[in-house]
Amino acid sequence: MIGVMRALIARDLQLAARVGGSGALSLVFFLMIVALVPFALGPDLNLLSRIGPAILWLAAVLATLIGLDRLFQADEEDGSLDLMTGAPAPMEMVVLAKVVAHWLTTGLPLALASPLFGLLVALDGTAMGATALTLLVGTPALTFIGAVGAALTASIRRGGLILAVLVLPLMIPTLIFGVSATEAASGGTVPFTTPLLILSALSLIAAVIGTFAAAAALRWSE
Amino acid sequence: MRLTATNLAARRSGRRIFSGLSFALGPGEALMVTGRNGAGKSTLLSLLAGRLKPDAGTIAVADVGEATLAECLHVVGHRDGLKSPLTAEENLTFARDLLGAPTASPAEALNELGLGHALRLPVAYLSAGQRRRVALARLLVCRRPLWLLDEPTAALDTASQAVLAGLMARHRAEGGLIVAATHQSLGLDDARELRIDEALKPAPAPASGNAADSEVWW
Repeated sequence: MIGVMRALIARDLQLAARVGGSGALSLVFFLMIVALVPFALGPDLNLLSRIGPAILWLAAVLATLIGLDRLFQADEEDGSLDLMTGAPAPMEMVVLAKVVAHWLTTGLPLALASPLFGLLVALDGTAMGATALTLLVGTPALTFIGAVGAALTASIRRGGLILAVLVLPLMIPTLIFGVSATEAASGGTVPFTTPLLILSALSLIAAVIGTFAAAAALRWSE
Repeated sequence: MRLTATNLAARRSGRRIFSGLSFALGPGEALMVTGRNGAGKSTLLSLLAGRLKPDAGTIAVADVGEATLAECLHVVGHRDGLKSPLTAEENLTFARDLLGAPTASPAEALNELGLGHALRLPVAYLSAGQRRRVALARLLVCRRPLWLLDEPTAALDTASQAVLAGLMARHRAEGGLIVAATHQSLGLDDARELRIDEALKPAPAPASGNAADSEVWW
């Protein structure tokens, strides 16, 4: 079972690194959104640093959607999913491995690069660190929630838009607690750990429910 | 292993494809599934592979220990399950690690199919016949007793068809089972034939047909 997961993660990382992989693309998309905001709002540094964490989080939510529609669809189209059905492991393990690989190529780089992008929206040191930490804790929730939508739309052509409509509402709690944790770090009435712990809980819940729901959707879609 | 299917019926998008299919296969036996286009040959293979649920009937396996049917079989179908950006070797290594029970290395398997030179080529550069041969090489990198082949000779040249016939004969000599959907003879000696045709389909339901048959698709 561990061998199955290792094989899947290794292959998906390999694919992300090849031409047409979505790895670097979502990071560039993240950068674009964050870079656009100062142009739209003008050079008001106070305003930018106040809404900076919210912008970074919004950009992260949107960047997570990039490439998510192909998470299961690509395997459904070329028959790899049939191959995975025959693996000596339940579908849940297959889903878990694929989502982990997807997070490693999108969510993790996003969290690591966020301090750098924080410069564009005039964040101070504390806020940069807090944003990176909350993204690190919160992006798994986004990926797992997205995986359910990806599994539901796996056999639909041009399912990307339906996917976004399906999963964006479900990402709202993660967004709320992600932003509020970041804001709590740079002063506020709530201690930093309270929203952060809720955010971790959201990630854990999404990991369990998302894995089972996506596996069920993949079985049901046939 | 031993494979028994009893009274299988399949429905796709609410439409009854076939019903009342029964067959049994023992070690070393092969079954050729024939029938016109759209008769349900691929559907039958999907049922066996566990990608579709039968509408009625049962599929049973025996003598395989604790493994489930899906863990005892190889599928080579129209969708070849190969990733174009990866090389033939990477594709086969992945299949071997995923499916377990490795036997031959990717290089040995490709050599056997006369494709040793394509080991480090991305699959995207290969022709349709060569891709099919890479998919067939998957049969050799790990051992599974049941081979489900959907038109395995599509796009293959005559030399490769002979190689495939040799592989199938060896697999059966080792006690393996083969279920192949095909329009032509595959070089399978004394294979049994299962013909899916109109006779197995229920008569078209009258306007006031029973609920199960008049069910609309949605």
